[in-house]
Amino acid sequence: MKHLISCEKVRIRNIDQGAIMKLNKILKNAFLITVACLALSACATSKKSTGQMQGDVYTGTDTVEYLASGVPDRVFFATNESVLTTASRETLRKQAAWLRKNSDITIVLEGHADERGTREYNLALGERRANAAKDYLMTYGISSDRISVLSYGKERPVDSGSNPLAWSKNRRSVSVKAN
Amino acid sequence: MKRIFIIILFLILPAKAFALIEVDITRGNLNPLPIAVSPLSIDENSRQNFQKILKKKNIGIEISAVVEKNLKTSGLFNPLNKDAFLQEPDIANLKPRFEDWNLIKAQALITGKVNFVDDKLRVEFRLWDVLAGKEMMALAFTTVPNNWRRVGHIITDKVYERLTGEKGYFDTRIIYVAEEGPKTRRVKKLAIMDQDGENNKFLTLGNELVLTPRFNPTSQMVTYLSYFRNLPRVYLLDIETGMQEVVGDFPGMTFAPRFSPDGKKIIMSFAKDGNSDIYTMDLENRIVEKITNHPSIDTSPSYSPDGKYICFNSDRSGYQQIYIMKKDGSNVKRISFGRGLYGTPVWSPRGDLIAFTKLHKGKFYIGVMRTDGSGERLLTENFYQEAPSWSPNGRVLIFYRETKTNDKGEGFSAKLWSIDLTGYNERLVTTPTDASDPSWSSLLSN
Repeated sequence: MKHLISCEKVRIRNIDQGAIMKLNKILKNAFLITVACLALSACATSKKSTGQMQGDVYTGTDTVEYLASGVPDRVFFATNESVLTTASRETLRKQAAWLRKNSDITIVLEGHADERGTREYNLALGERRANAAKDYLMTYGISSDRISVLSYGKERPVDSGSNPLAWSKNRRSVSVKAN
Repeated sequence: MKRIFIIILFLILPAKAFALIEVDITRGNLNPLPIAVSPLSIDENSRQNFQKILKKKNIGIEISAVVEKNLKTSGLFNPLNKDAFLQEPDIANLKPRFEDWNLIKAQALITGKVNFVDDKLRVEFRLWDVLAGKEMMALAFTTVPNNWRRVGHIITDKVYERLTGEKGYFDTRIIYVAEEGPKTRRVKKLAIMDQDGENNKFLTLGNELVLTPRFNPTSQMVTYLSYFRNLPRVYLLDIETGMQEVVGDFPGMTFAPRFSPDGKKIIMSFAKDGNSDIYTMDLENRIVEKITNHPSIDTSPSYSPDGKYICFNSDRSGYQQIYIMKKDGSNVKRISFGRGLYGTPVWSPRGDLIAFTKLHKGKFYIGVMRTDGSGERLLTENFYQEAPSWSPNGRVLIFYRETKTNDKGEGFSAKLWSIDLTGYNERLVTTPTDASDPSWSSLLSN
């Protein structure tokens, strides 16, 4: 359905081509120079030593669930990083052992980022993190067709806090049973 | 959604040799132009007819209220209080008594009248230069009564164009993501509304996560990311018919879509094995082309308005920075060199600037730089904000901002904001729910 809005000419009255023009006075005095001087000083992220973080990688167990007894379901990452820490590799070796024992199980690796990054980049970062975990599992003999990857970027945080500890819990790759 | 065409039969081209009032939009305007928007006059018979159809007591007053709100929101105009108006609307439209309008310090005056003609809405308006005592513009519009808001927006566009010399941005829509629910399980829907927040409609039900909708050049189609069946893929949606389809057949996540300026291609990222590269797909012949080929993350592509270049976001230097390249992927050049991380580059419709999000020392900024990376200017700083989208005239940016939660994780909100390119006139854009990922349409009436 198309609805027209027609526009027609209406005669302008009193047009006088030679009239004296008056410049708008407000143009002359009212403008500020446009350079936006925003102070770049911002509060530095305070590093709380809660005993649950090493650098800015989460080392606690608050949010961790278990695929089986002694097999944690997730690994954590430093800001903007997808490198696996020593602790992450240990967790993934446990997952690999569990997967080898249960050869009918397939998993989805869900990659996540914290809220301190732009949405689209974080989608890519989540994918990169989940793939880092996938690659490691594969080096321990888990076939790639048993592992799929799903990035949520920053869309599914586990902790809704706006602080470094909450962010560290959210930078994660979680192995989820798919069947 | 109904598609609406505007046919301009005659448009008065004002004699350009002598400009009357002028409003400079290139600088922050701390002294907006005082303008009187006289309520559009309406005869009793027409008033009653429109009241029956539109359930509005006086459609003349309603239309002028749309114009007035638009003018005020632009930051360039100061609509004067109607209580001070001395002349009746119908008399003013015939011949303003300029002394009266001068007295209340109006520099410009808008008058007009509304008629019910053959079941249609006919709106005539006139723009007057009060100081010069002259008429600057006179136009009339005829349309179905339901289009009355759009008439208000088109009048604003005409006034804006006549007084600033540049196209307006009022007869436009915003598509965005409406958000509800706890931060850990947000429900997100596509939503569309008029630029002034009216006529809000939800386009999806919220059953699956949706992100980053963007209009095509005619604003009839939208490309966006949907997690339908837990497979994050780029989709195409026809707003008019509601038809949706997946874009391309990729064995993995596609995201960050945008249209090419001619609307014939979609450019997006495809993530595989931990590596995101930029691809295009031709919507006619479905041919997919790989544009970047680098082991880093390449995402957030945006074409220059002439379609010859692409700006994008990459961490190939180690961190997120902005790059430009030719449309075929050659001549990749980094353009952001300031301190901090840079993301979400969007090429201005005027071609001269790239808007971006910057993260530096824990704060997020919306800024602009020239296409060679020089002249970086930060417009606004906040705890979290990103995803600028340009108004079709390249003078205003809309983006979203999120609040910091308290120690218990409470107090989260996401809202749309707009700011002038000058860094002034920052405003909350009101939405019925929380909102993010705004995309501004082209002018609907051109």
